[in-house]
Formats: sequence, C-alpha cells, structure tokens
Amino acid sequence: MVNTINYLKETPSQTAGPYVHIGMVPNFCDITGVIAEDLGKAMIGDGTKGERITITGRVLDGAGNPVNDCVVEIWQADANGIYNSPAEHRSGADENFAGWGRCPADKDGVFRFDTIKPGQVPGPNGAPMAPHVSLWIVARGINIGLLTRMYFSDEAEANAKDPILARVRPSGREHTLIGKREGDTVTFDIRLQGEEETVFLDA
Amino acid sequence: MSTSLPNTPQIAGSFFARDHSRHPPSYAPGYKSSVLRAPKQTLVSFDSTLSERTGPAFGHNMIGELDNDLIVNYARPGEAAIGQRILVHGQILDENARPVPNVLVEYWQANAGGRYRHKKESYLAAVDPNFGGFGRSITDENGYYWFKTVKPGAYPWPNGVNDWRPAHIHFSVFGTGFVQRLITQMYFEGDPMIDICPIVNTISDKEAIKQLIAPLDMGNTIPMDMRAYKFDIVLRGRRSTYFENRPEGN
Ligand SMILES: [Fe+3]
Repeated sequence: MVNTINYLKETPSQTAGPYVHIGMVPNFCDITGVIAEDLGKAMIGDGTKGERITITGRVLDGAGNPVNDCVVEIWQADANGIYNSPAEHRSGADENFAGWGRCPADKDGVFRFDTIKPGQVPGPNGAPMAPHVSLWIVARGINIGLLTRMYFSDEAEANAKDPILARVRPSGREHTLIGKREGDTVTFDIRLQGEEETVFLDA
Repeated sequence: MSTSLPNTPQIAGSFFARDHSRHPPSYAPGYKSSVLRAPKQTLVSFDSTLSERTGPAFGHNMIGELDNDLIVNYARPGEAAIGQRILVHGQILDENARPVPNVLVEYWQANAGGRYRHKKESYLAAVDPNFGGFGRSITDENGYYWFKTVKPGAYPWPNGVNDWRPAHIHFSVFGTGFVQRLITQMYFEGDPMIDICPIVNTISDKEAIKQLIAPLDMGNTIPMDMRAYKFDIVLRGRRSTYFENRPEGN
C-alpha cells in the first residue's frame, strides 16, 4: 500500500455562450445599476508610468467574419516589466497600473485597449523576453478560452531573441503574434481559424 | 496562501500541464458554433513564465452589498425576481486541493423562465422586470463564495432542430495566475436535460462532466426560504518551489 496523492482535477471548461456580456460587461449590454462600471474598462490613469499606446484589432472566424460577440482580456507588465500581481515576487510594480483590461468586441469584431507599452519581463533562466502582452479570448463557439501573446513590430531585435517566439518560428507562423506598430497604435488581428490562424498557446 | 518554506523567497510556481482530455476540444461539430471558431492548428506548449504565473487581483472593497444577490440586485425597491429561490455556494480550490482566497468569481444566468436579459435573446419566455441575471463575489480567506438567485429555466436554442439547454449558471473565475482563467457552466443534480445537451457533450469524459453538476445541499438550505446547491470549482495547480533558491530573473 502506497501513500495517496490527493490531487484534484481541473474543472472542465464550457463555452462562455452568446450572453457572456451579461456576466463580464453587464453595463455594455444595458444591465445597468448593478455595478457602476464594467470591470477592466480603463487601464491607465494620469499617474500611470510609461509610453501610451493603443492596442486594437479584429477577431475573425474561419470564414473571415467578425466575431462580434467575443470578449477579450489583456494582461501585461508595467513599463518596467513588473507585474502588478500577488504572484509577482519582485517588488516595485507601478501602483497606478493594474495591467489587466477587458473589452467586448464591437459589431465589427473590433477590440481596443488604451494602455502603456510593457517593459521586458524575465523568461526561462532569467533571460529577458521581448515586450509582449497576453490575450485571452472567449465567446460563443469557443469551448475553452484561447490564450495568445502579442509582440511589437518595433522590437525586431528583442523579438529575435525571445524564447517563446523561438518555439513558434519553425512553423512559419511567428508573424501572427506580432502587432503592427504605427505611431501610437498597435494593430493585432486575431484569426481563430484559416490560413493565417493566430498561434494559440498552452502554458 | 504561502507555498514556501520559512525564509525562502516566495516564487509562484509554474502550472501543472493542463489535462486537455477533460476539456472540450475546440472543434466539436455537435455544437455548431464551434465549427468556424475552433483553431485547427495545435497549441504551442511551453512551461509557464512569469507572464502566465501572475494575474490580476481584485479587492474585496470592489464588491457591492447586493452584487451576490440576484434576487434583488436588479429589482425595483421592495420587489424581487420571480422563481425558485436558491443559494449557490462552494469553494474555489486548485489541483493541490488548496483553497484559492481573494479571487473574483462572476456568474450570469437566464431567468426562471429560461430567458436572458440581452438584446440578442429572442426566446418567447417572459422577461422578468426584476431580474438582471448578473452577480459577482470575491472568495473569502478559505476560498468560499456564495450567492442568492432564482433557479434558471431550461431554454431552446438554434443548433439542432430541437436542442435545449439544461438549467445552468455560467461562471467566470480568476485564479492567481492568468492561465488559471476559467469559464464554465454549473448544472443542477437530477436534471434529465444534462445528458442530451450538445454543449455538455462537447466534453467526452463522462466523469469530467460530473464535476459540472451541483448537488442539492440540504445541509446549507435556509429553512422556509431557499434550497442550496454546492458547486466547487477547481483551478489549475502550481508546482511547489521549495527547492528553488535562485530568485527568478535576478
Ligand atoms: Fe446559457
């Protein structure tokens, strides 16, 4: 008789369904008066340190149609590459930047985050990863939330050394993870399926 | 919740690999909406970095007094939602069976007749003017959450010719790391609609489906007021970091 290891099993995922807005952005779907403002709507304030950028893009399905009923969440480090999180062991995160945002797509499948450009975060073995944000997409028809990362087109040198992009590179799909920077706007389309399908992650 | 031995720097461990066999696959043609929305390429797997091990935190002070009472949080003063009054409660745990305190749980549902308050909703069941269908909690120090609501109705939906959703409540849960994020649905013990639901059946593992069915909990029923259902949710577990002496990234 050996000892027992009492691990539990993760609860299975189920689709967020067509009415995900009710639970995640109630004011957006006219359920007003319960909470003052939808969570994750504003990411930055006057006191937030860092370079202001807008991250925007469309979520498209396998037929190229906009996924206009999805919700996108973003998670990123502050301007110095530190996460504002209880699970972050380094101190000194910008207290005026939570690093998390949530945006329902509009009728054209477009999401938009007004945020700051994140600094570099240490990766495996402490070597820096290129600046990136993590994104998580849920919707009707998505059975389990989809995780991806957006890197920046103006960081070619850092991207070339990034350990996660290095894993993607042999597939020839690295470009699907690079947001295109023009001025203060970074455009990042997310294709759920099809020839230019975005790389989704399991980490 | 500390996972470190005394005097060692607390480093949030990486996550156990996700057991995808217990989750629905992205492409599940029995659920037609998934057909064009399912990635066809394999996921790119890697051991989680700080970007995945960390996640946002939300303060208890964010939660309003009525946020976890769907019976009255949208109702006109002095009125209440129509339906069977129930208490839904449970614990958020991780795969190490440790409670997950101070995390946000959001929930949403149809009214007692099976109708959602949403502009895209067209089911002919009546709208309840006193029911919004949204609520949220932050888990206490032991990972517990609870809320009052009315039991949602089953509803038909356009998929097959005659498909119905069993009574269910949608849940969105945060952990302490971004890749613990989970959206799922709770079903009610004894509902014959569960076995014939195309969305439930996107999960091929029958044992895994049981984890989504909340039992009737008479022990926590409020006599002469509401019955209780218990729904525990398990998030991905972290590896221990007891033996890691080098602060990551330094
Ligand atoms: Fe539903």
